[in-house]
Amino acid sequence: MSDQTRDIRMQVMWNRLISVVEEQALTLLRTAFSTSVREAGDLSAGVFGPQGRMLAQAVTGTPGHVNTMAEAVLHFIAEIGRENMFAGDTYVTNDPWKGTGHLHDITMVSPSFLGAELVGFFACTAHVVDVGGRGFGADAKSVYEEGIQIPIMKFADKGVVNADLVRLLRANVREPNQVVGDFYSLAACNDVGHRRLVAMMQEIGLTSLNALGDFIFSRTHAATLERIRALPQGAWTNELLTDGYDAPVKLVAQVEIKGDQVNVDFAGSDPASRYGINVPIIYTKAYACYALKCVIAPDIPNNWASLALFTISAPENILNAARPAPVAVRHVIGHMVPDLVLGALAKALPGQVLAEGAAALWNIHMSVRPVAGTKGRRAEILMFNSGGMGARPSLDGLSATAFPSGVMTMPIEATEHTGPIVVWRKELRPDSGGDGQFRGGLGQIIEIEPAPGHEFDFSAMFDRVNHPAAGRDGGGAGAAGIVALDDGTQLKPKGWQHVPQGRRLILHLPGGGGYGAPEARNADARADDAAKGYVTGQDLGNKP
Amino acid sequence: MSAPIRLGADIGGTFTDIALECRGRMFSTKVLTNYAAPEQAILDGIDVVLAEAEITLADLDIVIHGTTLATNALIERRGAKTAFVTTEGFRDVIEMRTENRFAQYDLNMVLPKPLIPREDRFAIRGRIGAQGQELAPLDEAALETLADHIADAGFGAVAIGFIHSYMNPAHEQRAREIIAAKVAVPISISAEVSPQMREFERFNTVCANAYVRPQMADYLTRLQARLKALGAGCPVFMIHSGGGLISVETASEFPVRLVESGPAGGAIFAADVAQRFGLQKVVSYDMGGTTAKICLIEDYAPKTARSFEVARTYRFAKGSGMPISIPVIEMIEIGAGGGSLAWVDAMGRIQTGPESAGSEPGPACYQRGGVHPAITDADLVLGKLDADNFAGGAIRLSTDAASGAILRDVGDKLNLDATSAAFGICEVVDENMANAARVHAVENGKNISDNVMIAFGGAAPLHAARLCEKLGIDQCLIPVGAGVGSAIGFLKAPFGYEALASHILRLAAFQAAAVNALIVGLKATATGFVRAGTSAAIQCEITAFMRYVGQGWEIPVTLPDRNFTDADADMLREKFCENYARFFGRAIEGLDGLEIEIVTWSVKAQDQRAAPDQIALISGGSEVGRKLSRPVFDPSRGEFMETAIIDRRDLRPGARVQGPAVIVERETSTVVTAPFDVVMQSDGSLLLSRKGGAR
Repeated sequence: MSDQTRDIRMQVMWNRLISVVEEQALTLLRTAFSTSVREAGDLSAGVFGPQGRMLAQAVTGTPGHVNTMAEAVLHFIAEIGRENMFAGDTYVTNDPWKGTGHLHDITMVSPSFLGAELVGFFACTAHVVDVGGRGFGADAKSVYEEGIQIPIMKFADKGVVNADLVRLLRANVREPNQVVGDFYSLAACNDVGHRRLVAMMQEIGLTSLNALGDFIFSRTHAATLERIRALPQGAWTNELLTDGYDAPVKLVAQVEIKGDQVNVDFAGSDPASRYGINVPIIYTKAYACYALKCVIAPDIPNNWASLALFTISAPENILNAARPAPVAVRHVIGHMVPDLVLGALAKALPGQVLAEGAAALWNIHMSVRPVAGTKGRRAEILMFNSGGMGARPSLDGLSATAFPSGVMTMPIEATEHTGPIVVWRKELRPDSGGDGQFRGGLGQIIEIEPAPGHEFDFSAMFDRVNHPAAGRDGGGAGAAGIVALDDGTQLKPKGWQHVPQGRRLILHLPGGGGYGAPEARNADARADDAAKGYVTGQDLGNKP
Repeated sequence: MSAPIRLGADIGGTFTDIALECRGRMFSTKVLTNYAAPEQAILDGIDVVLAEAEITLADLDIVIHGTTLATNALIERRGAKTAFVTTEGFRDVIEMRTENRFAQYDLNMVLPKPLIPREDRFAIRGRIGAQGQELAPLDEAALETLADHIADAGFGAVAIGFIHSYMNPAHEQRAREIIAAKVAVPISISAEVSPQMREFERFNTVCANAYVRPQMADYLTRLQARLKALGAGCPVFMIHSGGGLISVETASEFPVRLVESGPAGGAIFAADVAQRFGLQKVVSYDMGGTTAKICLIEDYAPKTARSFEVARTYRFAKGSGMPISIPVIEMIEIGAGGGSLAWVDAMGRIQTGPESAGSEPGPACYQRGGVHPAITDADLVLGKLDADNFAGGAIRLSTDAASGAILRDVGDKLNLDATSAAFGICEVVDENMANAARVHAVENGKNISDNVMIAFGGAAPLHAARLCEKLGIDQCLIPVGAGVGSAIGFLKAPFGYEALASHILRLAAFQAAAVNALIVGLKATATGFVRAGTSAAIQCEITAFMRYVGQGWEIPVTLPDRNFTDADADMLREKFCENYARFFGRAIEGLDGLEIEIVTWSVKAQDQRAAPDQIALISGGSEVGRKLSRPVFDPSRGEFMETAIIDRRDLRPGARVQGPAVIVERETSTVVTAPFDVVMQSDGSLLLSRKGGAR
């Protein structure tokens, strides 16, 4: 009985720990300044054991942060050193190779002390609105142009904020108040986690998290192993082309299931780009693991043990870019990694894996200003938008839905309050889903005009303009994306470009690929597509 | 003059509850809900309580009604064929939602279907800007054509939602005029139903209102007619989601405000109990058959919010339902009720809910065909329920059937005996509820352990003590009449209405004149609704929802009800910083030029009521010895303990029983775990207090 009761109590504590990190994430959501965090949920939060192994993480969050943060904590422990850690400390970095892949993401780690004992760490990550440099875009030639770099250091030392760091930061970013505000809210969210953990340990009478960690890891390890052992053994390769900055980029992955391990190797992918679309391997790994987990172990919580059985390797290339490569827009190629990995996995598990989709978010960063000689407002505006998801083996794809990213879009009423622009259109894009027994999700059409008396520059961070999402098992490709002005001028999918007063930026977001042969599509489904106008049968100029 | 005779009627998913307050006494009954003719169940129930009280329908002074019918129509999609008229370029707002997946790892997840399908959504040219200015004129010719189509195509309702209409409703109003000239069906506009920023939420709310409007209007008309025909001359009022009363006419026009009115009644019930006992910080805990609801009550008023989500489609997951942005009593609801089923996941962890055995077939111990273990089965195996005296002996519970189901679905998979597995099930469900309560308190900037718990609903008294142990709460009150709490709560509800408007204003540009004008307008709206029901004095509460410029989450700041001057910007700033620090630990300091803004204004109007008679809490008393006892599992010790079994009817005010004990009554049992004592209060409530006072 006592052993049995012990297991139950362990399980209850595990639930409690998950609740603690949810509170931590919630605090960040509620206090953050960046629209990317507060409206879109581009963040993550988690609790770690004293060795830096992730015990639990908030389900709120996006895979690119979640899985990268799991590694980042180890770098913090190594660089700060246990002997320099004190209660009230908070450490910070935005190092793309030690954090989450680009300078815009700030990662903070705080040690949690129970009395004199270091019992664990809290970590959180969020995307801030600005880090100086060229601004959020793909045009830099090296990371030095992309903004201020904060190596792993103390943000707070025994509770005292590093004033020099704050001054340096303020002098280097375009929106100092918002950025510093976000630094405070990141630190505050770790504080909340720490206070809740201490309360929990005192209440239960724990002096260390080691036994609980062993319980969590052993249960998770066993469950993940069971799933891996049910997979076929072997190696499968897939490759795909993406738009790149100015020339197509080839990505290659080999998924190997061997014994109790799943490894993904990215050898054969193109070398690093001259532009900021390169991906540090920490971010590649995050999305490769996410894809594997979605198919192999979707219901198993993310922690050190669930990630440990998935390994990633790559020679130096665009998916394992070395410092000082520019990486600001690493998410565009990074978001293609799941489609790449899933394509290989589909060969191992035929009939079980969805078709390709729009994959990369269509983020737009706009820098709005009054036209010369008039009064008006200046503003930096960021919008997240999503194309269509690939069709599933037994379901149509989701329209205008983020995948693999876990973020939300922002309400356009809120966006129009942040700066002088008018969004004239944001609705589904008919005829953009790939045909098939199951139809790909639809993309969307967005039209944006500077408010009267204004003009803007925008940073394009788009993909699948020249390389649409492929269908699976006979399904058709989704429609490719289009970037243009309303006078017909075609624009580039990447880089800073101009929209003058009176013109509209027109974006057609890509659709998802179809699944299975179009002939097999049910007649009722076709009739419904026609009634709802998802499929019009007309040529709407969707082809670029 | 004698006190008015008031009748409350709450139509729930399974039962329709009736409560009658007559000459200082309370009468109540439960009848099965009649889905085909909901008013019939009310009339049947009324017959029962009238007979008990020996009065007739004509003696009633007021009928107060709450119902889940609007909620059910939304969940089951049984509303009118509705046309949605919206701004060109935004036809798909209610379909595209937040462009996000609420289940991050489930590649086969399905999004809820939009309430109004794409073919019934019509986009019209015309555009209002973010500051309320007209960017493009309304296309009236297109509206004329559309009106003809709506008339011809057999639509039963129309919703109109245009971008930024909360800033300027002119286009919505004009569109309504044009359509109303040709179409006889009810038309709802978003600027009236939900004048709040954020198009997905506002559009969905106006669509929901239009969708349930014909059905709810019919029902309410029928109910009134039946009552009148049977001799009732009194007015009928409806309870709304914010916990106040509105006229039937208002409810027919804005039926979306009736969503969640039943749970609101439960929160008002708890608030009334709190006021009687003078408890300023309370967490109410209502656990029924399928869910548990938790609500914070401060200074006798339940916490309210400006939006909520109904009809969740995916394991109660946030984001899987539809958002409704109207004032609402804020509570969290989790899939944890007496009928919630227990199971084991891939990690060998016990999980509970949200699937429920419901009342049919019910838990395994009912022996009506249920084979999976429910929370009630675990409660029985742990000795918390008496197998022979459940529901006053009406249902004989089978401990063997409960143990069998628990072993099959949980114990055998984890190598646990039935007792350990049952303990595991209860610990998990209690922990889930504790976590939800803790997070909810944090969201509101509160500390859960500072509260007194008020527990009601059939399953709550079985779990309340353990929940208090987990939450560090020292006192828990279990009131009388807990089984029909919502219907009793209706009788206590004020005439109240909250009017909201989004209007973004930076403190640096604070103009008292404009703010005063806005508040005067909101007051007129709110007091107008209240005045329809009462001639008593009306009290207004003004709230500004504020944030630092750049943030997305606003915190409520209560303001004095008076004319503002330009100098009040400083008062607002001070109050905001004070509230911010309470929510998030500290205000942000030393940020030169970081501005503060107000996003939404609210006026809550309600009639002033005399405070109820005060009851003093009795915490000590003469100890009652035990006559009966049986072994009951004590969770903190992890073992069975010989436990006193006492009939609630045998306790007199001031009587004290030491835990562990079980106080049994017809509908449920109150489990007093070892760390607690229980004292009967002068009104029959039970007060659980931690031994040795506060920790």
